[in-house]
Amino acid sequence: MTLSAYLIVSSILFGLAIAGMVINRKNLILLLMCIELMLLSVNTNFIAFSHFSGNLQGQLFVFFILTVAAAEATIGLAILMVFFRRQHTISVQEMNSLKG
Amino acid sequence: MSFTLSQLIPAIPEVFVTIMIAVTILVSLFLGEKHRNATFYLTQATLLICTLLTVNIFHHQTQIAFHNSFIVDHMACILKVFVYAMTFLSLLYAQPYLRGTELGAGEFYILTLFVVLGMMVLISAYSFITLFIGLELFSLPLYAMIAMQRTAVTAEAAMKYFVLGSSASAFLLFGMSMVYGATGALTIPDIQNAVLLHSPTIAILGLIFILAAVAFKLGAAPFHMWIPDVYEGAPLPVTLILASATKIAAFVLAIRLLVNALPLLTNQWQHMLIFVAILSMLIGNLVAIVQTNIRRMLAYSSIAQMGYMLLGLVSGIGVGFGAAMFYIIVYAIMSLGAFGVLMLISRTGFEVHSINDLRGLNRRNPWLAFMMLLVMFSMAGIPPSAGFFAKIAVLVALVHVHLVWLAALALIFAIIGAYYYLCVVKVMYFEEPEETSLIEINGLGKQLGISVNCLMVLVLGILPTGLFQLCQAAFVGG
Repeated sequence: MTLSAYLIVSSILFGLAIAGMVINRKNLILLLMCIELMLLSVNTNFIAFSHFSGNLQGQLFVFFILTVAAAEATIGLAILMVFFRRQHTISVQEMNSLKG
Repeated sequence: MSFTLSQLIPAIPEVFVTIMIAVTILVSLFLGEKHRNATFYLTQATLLICTLLTVNIFHHQTQIAFHNSFIVDHMACILKVFVYAMTFLSLLYAQPYLRGTELGAGEFYILTLFVVLGMMVLISAYSFITLFIGLELFSLPLYAMIAMQRTAVTAEAAMKYFVLGSSASAFLLFGMSMVYGATGALTIPDIQNAVLLHSPTIAILGLIFILAAVAFKLGAAPFHMWIPDVYEGAPLPVTLILASATKIAAFVLAIRLLVNALPLLTNQWQHMLIFVAILSMLIGNLVAIVQTNIRRMLAYSSIAQMGYMLLGLVSGIGVGFGAAMFYIIVYAIMSLGAFGVLMLISRTGFEVHSINDLRGLNRRNPWLAFMMLLVMFSMAGIPPSAGFFAKIAVLVALVHVHLVWLAALALIFAIIGAYYYLCVVKVMYFEEPEETSLIEINGLGKQLGISVNCLMVLVLGILPTGLFQLCQAAFVGG
């Protein structure tokens, strides 16, 4: 396996995540999943670069990203709970009371 | 590479805040409803002591600690002090409002301290890891603070901010991973000195992602969509912090990533920033004109102001960076003043939303109206206010590098922008109030706070030399 193979996979993942965020109009949980997918594709990038350059710092960074991603998902789900309790829906389309 | 206790010295303020967060949590837990104010006073005392610590450990020379991942330099010291001051004043204005709502319990103050800690780490970060940790540490509590009131509107604002903010963080990380791949380093001095391992294409690709994330955190177009929604939807106390202190932190993010880490690619990011700056000034100033909601108007004005600030970075020279730093400090003071006045007019159960809520403010509280007038004049850039001097400094830096056309364009946008700032002044002074009851500000502290805050705009306009030279020293020969 070459470095570019890993980079292509991570770029595809990243692109899929962005596409998922843009296309999806129904479900807020999907948005949270897309954010996680983005972070994981970044991790793939870091590990590939780290492995092929023999520099361990990149793998170190991945641990920090994983930890922060967990914290981020927690806050996201908490906000989702508040949103659902008030609106009784988790549709992206219903998020339209703020505009102008 | 062994660790000694003396290496901790540059990070003493951060350590202190961390300890105080733990203390505040315990105090708010064991002191019941009666002593709710205790957490407020503890938080304010923490911020004051932090100011002393930060000033005292700085001996006018750059200190680097923790294996090149933490730095205390001129810029870090000055901006940290301003972050403390902004947060101190925000909490001072917000306290009576908070006491009346469910936000009033200790959590709000504790989360605020976490935000401050995150900004301190971000301001002192000298490697990608610390930058990222600092950024997340100040963003995550902010998402929670916006949603704390648990109404439909705040939940929606929090959700929008969270989704967009997290994807901006992911963009930033993606860019960082590209730069890491191109240079093989994660600490800023190593990246700065690195010879690009592969072709510069990877680094430039990374730069694009990093720039998008920086523009998002600053709230510059075309990544500005969240700003008006969040400013409008968030509770005013959170907007206060969001509109002042976090702008300073975002500025540091830009400086560390673009100026300190990637001087190799200066040409590339200059061109991208010119685009971002022009678009921000255009969208910010034009859309602000049609707003009837004062918070949305201030949000769009902040987008425009970020455009002017970025012009300082576009110049690519030390004088310009110093001017941009002066601009961001002045902007944070102005923004805090404007939202501070709105906060003081608001009461529990009534938040200022429409510009018409300010109608005839001069009759109801002449001093507050005058303060708002100063801030609006300064934002429009009318002499002798600080906003005028800040704009001049940025434009002078542009002329230095022969970007006269850009300076002229900025000037035209500034004239367009003056219209909606002056509209607010007109509404306050020349229209009849719907309610004629006087607005009282209870407490000497708040009166003193808002007066100092807004008069600072005037003082910095008449005597800008001190602060301006400090800002310049951070970049030129410092």
